[in-house]
Amino acid sequence: MTIQRAEDLEAHRNRLVAGEDRNRVALHLCAGTGCRACGCQAVADAFKAKIEEEGLQDSVRLKLTGCRGFCERGPLAVLYPSGIFYQQIAPEDVGLIVEQTIKHGQIVNKLLYRDPATGRRIQSEDEIPFYKKQMRIIIGNNRLIDPNSIDDYIALGGYASAAKALTTMTPQAIIDEITRSGLRGRGGGGFLAGRKWETCRRAPAEPKYVICNADEGDPGAFMDRSVLEGNPHSVLEGMIIGAFAIGSHQGYVYVRHEYRLAVKNLLVALDQARSLGLLGRDLFGIGFDFDIHVSRGGGAFVCGESTALMASLEGKAGEPRAKYVHTVEHGLWDKPSNLNNVETWANVPPIIDKGAEWYASIGTEGSKGTKLFALTGKINNTGLVEVPMGITLREILFDIGGGVPGKKRFKAVQTGGPSGGTLIVETGEAAVRRSMTRSGDIVAGEEPVSLLDLPVDFDELTKAGSMMGSGGMIVMDQDSCMVDVAKYFIHFLIEESCGKCLPCREGLRMLHAILERITKGEGVPGDIDLLQEIGGVLIDTSLCQLGGSAPNPILSTIRYFRHEYDAHIVDKRCPAGVCKDLVGYAINEECMGDALCAKACPTGAISGGPKHLQVIDQTKCIQCDACYQVCKFDAIVRVRRDEADVVQRKARLAWKPAAERKKTAVVAV
Amino acid sequence: MNEPAALLERVDRIVAQYEAKPTALIMILQEVQQEFFYLPQTAIERISRKMDLALSQVYGVATFYKAFSLEPRGRHHVCVCTGTACHVRNARSILEKFERDLGVERGKTTPDKEFTLETVNCVGACALGPVVVLDEKYWGHVTVQDVDKIIESTRATQGA
Repeated sequence: MTIQRAEDLEAHRNRLVAGEDRNRVALHLCAGTGCRACGCQAVADAFKAKIEEEGLQDSVRLKLTGCRGFCERGPLAVLYPSGIFYQQIAPEDVGLIVEQTIKHGQIVNKLLYRDPATGRRIQSEDEIPFYKKQMRIIIGNNRLIDPNSIDDYIALGGYASAAKALTTMTPQAIIDEITRSGLRGRGGGGFLAGRKWETCRRAPAEPKYVICNADEGDPGAFMDRSVLEGNPHSVLEGMIIGAFAIGSHQGYVYVRHEYRLAVKNLLVALDQARSLGLLGRDLFGIGFDFDIHVSRGGGAFVCGESTALMASLEGKAGEPRAKYVHTVEHGLWDKPSNLNNVETWANVPPIIDKGAEWYASIGTEGSKGTKLFALTGKINNTGLVEVPMGITLREILFDIGGGVPGKKRFKAVQTGGPSGGTLIVETGEAAVRRSMTRSGDIVAGEEPVSLLDLPVDFDELTKAGSMMGSGGMIVMDQDSCMVDVAKYFIHFLIEESCGKCLPCREGLRMLHAILERITKGEGVPGDIDLLQEIGGVLIDTSLCQLGGSAPNPILSTIRYFRHEYDAHIVDKRCPAGVCKDLVGYAINEECMGDALCAKACPTGAISGGPKHLQVIDQTKCIQCDACYQVCKFDAIVRVRRDEADVVQRKARLAWKPAAERKKTAVVAV
Repeated sequence: MNEPAALLERVDRIVAQYEAKPTALIMILQEVQQEFFYLPQTAIERISRKMDLALSQVYGVATFYKAFSLEPRGRHHVCVCTGTACHVRNARSILEKFERDLGVERGKTTPDKEFTLETVNCVGACALGPVVVLDEKYWGHVTVQDVDKIIESTRATQGA
C-alpha cells in the first residue's frame, strides 16, 4: 500500500494500533552501538533461541531498539508492559529472565540496577537517577522503536507532523511556527533555525537543497549517531517538513562512513519511506516532490564545517571556503542550501505536532527545548542524556552522570569538541569560576562561584565565555594532565587540518612543537607567551572555524591550569603523572609482594622475588604503565623521574612482609 | 593477487554503476577500496581515465580523506580508539604496547601482512574505554595486559 493522502496515514496507524496484541510481552533490547560493543548481539541470539525453545513466539515480541542512553550499564533490556529494567545482561542470564520474569512474573534481583548512593535495587527505568532528571523528547522513542520498522514509528504518531504541515499549513506558517518555537541549531552555532529557513526560502535561485549534517566527528560525541541509528525516520520527517517550507525537492544526508549501523538503518528507513510514498513524488497528494540522498563521508573532521561538507558532497576534497557569502544563498553547487544537523532536524516533528508554545515553554529565555549530551571520560555513568535547557552542569555531571569514579577528584569538563576547548574547573572546596573570552581575558565573577552551577543555555554559557558546543562532554579527573590534553587536541587538529590556509596548517604545527617540548621537560620560560601569541594569530587569520577555534584548548588550559604548565616548564614535573618523559615509576612500601607487576613488565625491569618488596630498575623501565594498571595496592607510584629511586630507597627501609603488617595492625587495635 | 585485467574490469563496473558522475567520485573510491581493501595505483589511473578527471584530482581526493589507503592493508585490522574519552583513560599506553608487540608504528602493516595497526578518533563506545576494535570485534576496558590476549585471539581463529 502507499500513503497518498493524510487520511491514509491515519488509517494505517489505526490499523497498526488495533493490531497490537496487548497481552503480549514486549522485550526491548538496546542495540545501539554502545550495547553492541558490549555484546548485546549474543544476548539477542540467546533470547531468540530460548523463546523458540520454550515455544513463546506468540506471547513475546523481541525487539532490537536504538540507544537507550545508559551505555555504562549495557547490554540493557526492558520488558513491557511491566517496565522492568534489566542491565548488564550476559547470555547466561537469558534463561533466568525467560523462566522467572516472562513465564512467572518474578523479578531477577541481581539484574536490576543498584543505586550506588542507597544500595537499593531499582525496578523501573524512570526511577534510576541517571534517567530521573532527563527529558527525552528526541531520544525517548528510541527505546520503543525498532529502527528498521517504519510501522513502529507510524504507530507512535510518526509522519503525522509531516502530514499536518504539508496538508494544513503554508510554508510561511511552518517557518513562523519554527521561529516562534525558538529552536536553535544544535550543531554548536546556535543560530535560529526558523530564520535560516526563511533566508533560504527567500533566496532567488533554484533549485534549493536541504542538507542534514551527520558528519559528527568530535571524539566522544555520539548524539547524532544515536538519533540516526535509533530513530532515523524522525530525521527524515523533519527534513520533509523543512524542505516543504523552504521549497526544496532534493535533500542530502551527509553521514560519517564509520557510522555503519547509522548508515544501514538510514538506508533501510529511506527505502521504507519511499515504498510507502512518504518520499518521492506527490507527497500526501499535494503535488510536492521530495527525495533524500545519502552521502557517506570519507572520514575528515573538517567536513563537519558547512562549506567543506558541501564541497565533499560535490565529490571534491572537503576544503572550506570563506563564508562572507552565506550557504543559504550560495551553497551546494552554488545554489541556496539549508544545512542543519541531525538533532536540529529531529526537533522539527515534535514542534509541528505539539506547537511552538509548548516547545517554547521548555528551557530558558533564549534557549528552548532540550539538548542531547554525550557524557564520557572519567565519569560513572557514561552515556547519552537529554536534558531541558537551563539545567546546571552540576546536575548533568553529578546527579545524572554520577560523578567521578573511585576516590578521584573532579578536575575539568571539556565541551564543544576538539576546538571547543571550554574547561570548567572545580578545585576542592572553594570552586573558582573563571571563564575566558577569545582574547583570553578573565571574566571572573566577583564571588567564587563554581561554573558548574551555571545553567546550560546558549547565551548564559557564551556570556560566561564558554560555549554549548555540539554536545560532547568529556570529564577529567586529577589523573588527567592538562598540558597533555591540550597537546592531544592540537595533534588531532593537525591531522584534520585541510591545509588550505597557512595559519592553521603551519600554526598548529608550531603550537604542537612547543607543547611537545614542554611535555618532554625541555620547555623554556616564555613558552606560555609564545603559545598565546601564536594562538591569537590563528584565531584572527584562519579561513574557517576549525583553525579559528583550534587554539581554544591551549588558551583555556593556560588560563585555568597555568600552574600545570609551570610545573612542566620550571620544575620539569608532570603533576598528573601522564607525560612520559617526566615521569618515573617507583614502588613504595605498600607493596604486598605479589609480584603481579613483575609478571606484567614487558622489559623485565621489576625484580624482588615472590613475597618480597619489588623494585623497578630505572634503566630498564620504559614507562609503559603496565605495572601501574595491575597493582591492586596503590604500591606503584608515578613520580618525577629523578625521584623514583628516592622513593624506592625509602620503601626498602619501611617495607615489612605482608604477614607482619597484619600482626601489627591487630596489635594496634 | 588480482590479475590486472580483472581488476580493471571491476573498477570499470563500479564507475559505470555511478554513470561516471564526477560528484560520485568519493563513493566510487569507497567502493573500489571496499573491493580491494586499498586503492591500487592502477585503479586510480583507470578511474581518472574513465571519468575524464585529472589524475591529480582523483589522487587529491584519495589522499584527502582518511578512509582511503594507498597501501595494501593486512589481513587483520587492529584499531585502537584514541578518542578523547579513551585518551583520558590511557589509550596511549595501549597503542604503544601494540606498536611494540607488532613491531610497527600506527598506520603501518606488519611485513608478513598479518596486521595493520590503525587508530580511530572515536568509535562512540566511550563507556568501554579504552577500546580496541579488532576485525569488527570490540574489546572494552583494555589494559596493557590484554594486548597479548587480543593479538592471540586472531591466531586462534586462524587455526580454525
